[in-house]
Amino acid sequence: MVHEWIGQTGHFFVVISFVAALWATWNYYWASRKDTVNPGSWLKLGRISFGIHSLALFGVVASLFYIIYNHYFEYHYAWSHSSRSLPVHYMISCFWEGQEGSFLIWMFWQALLGLILMKFAGKWEAPVLAVVAFVQVFLVSMILGSVIPGLDLKIGSSPFLLLRDVMEAPVFALNPDYVPEDGTGLNPLLQNYWMVIHPPTLFLGFALTLVPFAYCIAGLWKKQHGDWIKPALSWTSAAALVLGVGILMGAYWAYETLNFGGYWNWDPVENAVYVPWLVLVAGLHLMIVYRKNGTALKPAVLFIISMFLLILYSTFLTRSGILGNSSVHSFTDLGLSGQLLLYMMAFVVLAAVLVAREWKNMPSTAEVSVYSREFWIFIGATILSLMAFQVLVPTSIPVYNSIASWFGIELNMAPPANPEVFYTNFQLWFAVGLALLSGTAQFFWWQKMDLAKLRSALVLPAVVSLIVASMALVALDIKEPKYLVLLVAAIYAVVSNFFVLLGLKHTNLKLAGGSVAHIGIAMILMGILFSSGYSKVISQNSSGLLYSREFADEVNQENVLLWLNEPQKMQQYQLVYKGQFLEADDAPGYIHKQLLRPTDKPDLYIARGDYYHKGKKYFGQGDTVQVQPENTYYRVEYTDADGKKFTLFPRAQVNPQMGFIASPDIFRGIESDLYTHVSVVPDPKEPLKWSDPEEQKIKIGDKFFVNDYVAVLEGLQQVREVEGVKLNESDIAVKAKIRIMAEGGSEFFAEPVYVLKMEEKTSGNLPAVIDDLAVKLSFVAIHPEDDSITISQSKTQKDYIILKAMEKPLINILWTGTLLLVVGFGIAIYRRYTEYKLLQKKGQY
Amino acid sequence: MKFSHILGIVVIAVAVIIIISTTGDASSYVDFKEAKAMAVSDTREIHVVGTLKKDAQGHVTGIMPAADKLSFSFLMIDEKGKEQQVFYNNPMPPDFLRSEQVVVIGRYQGDSFVAGQILLKCPSKYQEQELQPTQQAQLN
Repeated sequence: MVHEWIGQTGHFFVVISFVAALWATWNYYWASRKDTVNPGSWLKLGRISFGIHSLALFGVVASLFYIIYNHYFEYHYAWSHSSRSLPVHYMISCFWEGQEGSFLIWMFWQALLGLILMKFAGKWEAPVLAVVAFVQVFLVSMILGSVIPGLDLKIGSSPFLLLRDVMEAPVFALNPDYVPEDGTGLNPLLQNYWMVIHPPTLFLGFALTLVPFAYCIAGLWKKQHGDWIKPALSWTSAAALVLGVGILMGAYWAYETLNFGGYWNWDPVENAVYVPWLVLVAGLHLMIVYRKNGTALKPAVLFIISMFLLILYSTFLTRSGILGNSSVHSFTDLGLSGQLLLYMMAFVVLAAVLVAREWKNMPSTAEVSVYSREFWIFIGATILSLMAFQVLVPTSIPVYNSIASWFGIELNMAPPANPEVFYTNFQLWFAVGLALLSGTAQFFWWQKMDLAKLRSALVLPAVVSLIVASMALVALDIKEPKYLVLLVAAIYAVVSNFFVLLGLKHTNLKLAGGSVAHIGIAMILMGILFSSGYSKVISQNSSGLLYSREFADEVNQENVLLWLNEPQKMQQYQLVYKGQFLEADDAPGYIHKQLLRPTDKPDLYIARGDYYHKGKKYFGQGDTVQVQPENTYYRVEYTDADGKKFTLFPRAQVNPQMGFIASPDIFRGIESDLYTHVSVVPDPKEPLKWSDPEEQKIKIGDKFFVNDYVAVLEGLQQVREVEGVKLNESDIAVKAKIRIMAEGGSEFFAEPVYVLKMEEKTSGNLPAVIDDLAVKLSFVAIHPEDDSITISQSKTQKDYIILKAMEKPLINILWTGTLLLVVGFGIAIYRRYTEYKLLQKKGQY
Repeated sequence: MKFSHILGIVVIAVAVIIIISTTGDASSYVDFKEAKAMAVSDTREIHVVGTLKKDAQGHVTGIMPAADKLSFSFLMIDEKGKEQQVFYNNPMPPDFLRSEQVVVIGRYQGDSFVAGQILLKCPSKYQEQELQPTQQAQLN
């Protein structure tokens, strides 16, 4: 049955929320004007309309979730992003797999923030909410999915489209009410706990950036140029924090899940968030300067506005399809490019007009002294914006190509072939500058400085950092000069901020936010330096055959080949590949594939034996086990030089949307992580190719060859139970016991079974497979006349994996730094918030 | 000269350096013929877009894996139709044979093209996943 009502309800809510957003913009616009006769009633209407808008949006979210939750696969969104076997917590992830849903989550946050602002913004409510509502108008239009009559112009892409309206399939001609039995599922790559929290965090960050922008625009518009800074400050900090954490969560997810060997890939989509974040952080610092002593208003306004416009630009980049194949993240093109461009241009024009109108009225920043904190903050903001610029210019290469093609020029520009080197060459030096500044500027921050004072303040931190740095150099063996510089700078930043922190201990710990956050940033820099700069491929082998003698260059191969159960040496480790494993829904740990017998359903297996994990039994022989069929885990046992053993389970996923995806398994150490992923495995979907069987007649006690190994038929034994076959009273089953002697004295046993079904008058056999030898033995006939049996054997490719392993030194410093950054921001936000509350109590805001 | 002017000049200078370095380091999409000509004077790696060589039955031909599976070479046809053997010092990417389009990033060394990276364009979700009604489709 096609449940049309729910889609219609959803679409109705979309239309309501669009109209209400327009209405709210209008109401709040009038409410904010000084010449309005009765601003109070407009304000009331504004609140009502924004309330309706928000409620309708929540209705949209609820309708879409209802469709996904109830598996209404007649809807394209549910069909293409969900499936019946999807657990509820991943159903939420369906929202951000699709472009429409991710717009929805973004609007949802902004509506929520709008409601909070409505309650707390005081006299700023009307102009700020006018801007918020105006932004919501554009965002809701992205999922409107309405055609303007007469113009044949479609606005937005609705998530409530029926499958039959989207897909041209013959089945709909036969039966328009056809409903697919199951959806095509959520991309398994997104079925990961980080993917449940990373996208909403990032979208909350995006949504939060709207608040300082809205305040800034309101300030310009209402000619209260600097007044917006105080109420917007804690919002700006919150935006910087949430966006930063969102970025780092994505990095951590990439580190754990993707196999490019790190957490940052300079992918256009990553860059598109990194750039506005840098500008936002610069803007935040300038706002703090203004808050302190009333200078730097113009730059603060410019930075906050550019930050938001860059968010819009990055939205355009990632969602218009302009990136094409240059990104792993980009959404499918929904034909929204025109609308996205309009959205961006509307705010570019709005901001430009307001800035131009008010530029003269804003106080100019007087020349600043080298000993003032403003000077150092300006330098810092400049470095941050140059950093952003350096990433923005190459990330926009697809845009240059498109623009050139409008003029008929084929530009054919491609992103730098080696992005890591390209970006690092600049970013590293900027980072050095930032580290030095953040260490020094803190001293200027807290007291008036002159040369003498500066000297005395800096001596101790400088000396201590030099001592720490030289100790680090001895311990860590760093030769590359640029890394050396960065390390010293980062250590200096940590040490000097620590001194600042010590100084603050006596006064007020509430002020510690800045120094804690800066220590966090410096540690993040160090973590990046070591884990990336000194990431070492340890699966390197130069002993491998060169692929061609033509090349003069020495080529190292960065992978090792591991055959099943054959130990292989890799640097200080001994490695053994121990076979393929699956993960069950209802049992912890990894389950050997040999313990499971496949069924017709790809996600259901029957247990061949009992499964224990840490002494507890989870299922027994004959039980049905539900697994995640797209994931296979490859057990690799490591033994290090000291004889210490550990086991890693790198994963390969046959992803229906993206093909083969390898995910690493990481052995975490204090000094370094050992990062291991498979590069190639035999296709888990391809059945094994067996050679033509060769038959042999054998008597008990005979020796014969199995795949070049000596084997003995030790005897025959009647059995009463045969796996997967139902035996009747009269049926006969016999197993042959075969012992095979392999190299190194190891022995393997094979027990193929021969079955005579007396009632059906048929015979059959159950072959025995020995994975280690890649052979299959079948017991195909009994010859009572000469006491012999026939065994057939066939061979296959032995199971193997090709593996890459890397050492990532000191990556834990990066994650620790992230935590400190969060704590620092938390302290700062709390302080600004209480300050603001106090002012509000006094009736100033 | 005021400090802000000096800062302005420095910023502009750095910005110019950034733009120059971007244009300098940006790679480009070329065909094999241009790539070969460029390799003489230029050490930059370039992008070549093309497809794998296929026989009359549509099977990919010309794949030569190394004995240890750790590297391989293949035949690629660029958009102008020129065929070229490409060497890649890494194992064959698992979806390689299924790819619709291949982008190799690398440069010529002598007569051979050595790829440092391979990007694959695989049949996307929307093209591949046709709606396939199952046998026991629910016709409610």
